[in-house]
Amino acid sequence: MPAAREAAEASPVRVRNLHRSFNKAGGVLNGLDLEIAHGEFVALIGRSGSGKSTLLRALAGLDRDVAGFGQITVPASVSVVFQDSRLLPWKRVLDNVVLGLRSKQAAELGRQALAEVGLGGRERAWPAELSGGEQQRASLARSLVREPQLLLADEPFGALDALTRIRMHVLLRRLCEVHRPAVLLVTHDVDEAITLADRVIMLEDGVVRTDVRVDLERRSPADPGFAELRTRLLAALGVTEQGVPAQRIAS
Amino acid sequence: MTATADTALRVDTETRTQGADIDQRVLRRRLGPGRRIRFAFWIGPLVLLAIWAAGSKAGVISPQILTAPWDVATTFKTQWTEHDLLGDIVASLKRAVVGLALGVLAGTVLALVSGLSRAGESLVDGPIQIKRSIPTLALIPLFIAWFGIGQEMKIVTIALISMIPIYVNTHNGLRGIDGKYAELAETIGLRRSEFVRGVVLPGALPGFLLGLRFAVTSALLGLVVVEQYNATSGVGHMMTLAENYGQTDVIVVGLVIYGLFGFLADGAVRLVGRKVLGWQRTLEG
Repeated sequence: MPAAREAAEASPVRVRNLHRSFNKAGGVLNGLDLEIAHGEFVALIGRSGSGKSTLLRALAGLDRDVAGFGQITVPASVSVVFQDSRLLPWKRVLDNVVLGLRSKQAAELGRQALAEVGLGGRERAWPAELSGGEQQRASLARSLVREPQLLLADEPFGALDALTRIRMHVLLRRLCEVHRPAVLLVTHDVDEAITLADRVIMLEDGVVRTDVRVDLERRSPADPGFAELRTRLLAALGVTEQGVPAQRIAS
Repeated sequence: MTATADTALRVDTETRTQGADIDQRVLRRRLGPGRRIRFAFWIGPLVLLAIWAAGSKAGVISPQILTAPWDVATTFKTQWTEHDLLGDIVASLKRAVVGLALGVLAGTVLALVSGLSRAGESLVDGPIQIKRSIPTLALIPLFIAWFGIGQEMKIVTIALISMIPIYVNTHNGLRGIDGKYAELAETIGLRRSEFVRGVVLPGALPGFLLGLRFAVTSALLGLVVVEQYNATSGVGHMMTLAENYGQTDVIVVGLVIYGLFGFLADGAVRLVGRKVLGWQRTLEG
């Protein structure tokens, strides 16, 4: 049974006692609680199968067929950025960005959004003519043009090369500072989480196990706090700089 | 980028050793089909025509077996001036076009009904699959009983025969659309009508156009057969008469006209496809 969804204007994200399971054997989410403040950037990390995507899809309202219960409150306007750009190959970039946008100035808004992500001038291109990074920027523009109060991103940079990813980090950070949506970014990359987020949370056994605030002077590996946080989060994920800790192997 | 000389041994060693700055890569054998040839579409038919002409000229192909191309041209002219060939062509074209249009319409509507809803699929898909396994041409005796031997029977047959490929390929195209796009459409709040117009129909268009190519050929096949039944006009009628009088040259004229119909129609569909599917061409290169 899907959870009751109360979408109140400008209210922050609240999740209470959320349960989700795909089979009878065990739940993926077991009574998860989470709050995201207005304009807060939260990164969600966790091992494969820890329920990161399940939580994101629950917030996006894409889990009709999943069993579970709990309470979810999300803002009225939610936008999702997927791992693949999901641009429709038969629509030009601008038409993809403004798809379903019900506004008289849709085209103008779309053009602005494209310019904002550095794709000004590529409005008439087909998605297949863009590089992977450009496609993902176009999909960011598609999300931004809807002025979301909550931006959900499911490993949006997972398929990009390292250099493109760094550029996308800078871009996303800047866009979020301008538009101030609440953000939930699912990632498997601890460095990415620390670089981008105000808060990093980690899922384990279907609940939030770790919840740390990122309070760094500079968001770069050069900051001593960065390495410390990184080690801490990796340890929570069961990884040390040497690999897997000894007691984990023993068990 | 330069490879070491010994890996490039096989490719003209002599010219390669003349200068130090020459290209030293190993040139790979091309495995893909290569670059597009201009007017590629016309080359095969022209070669066939050339063989036909040469064979007739050399006497290898006797006029009793197959009339020479120039005699076909002369007969075409006589038929045109003395026997209202144009009228026959128009009559045949009308049958094919009306039948094809009805078939395309029916096939598309049924494919949409069956592709967009589970209920529609459970109602429509089964009967169509059963219909598919019965050759339409075998239904002609029944259609004659129902519609008589006139124009209706001919058009219904052509419509039915061209409906199937449209249905099968459009339905396939609809079902092949990635579920991820439906998910995207949900997250950006598309209405159902917008989803159908913006995502479903363009996504199914390649399938539809492939179906259309098959449908055009099927419609012409149907045309040739139905025109054997009591036609009073049309290319088939002309050929039936010629058969009675043993005029091989007129029969060949009819065959050439049927062939041209199919060839031009297929070319037209492909041209439309290339225009409409511009977004795909970038992938083709």
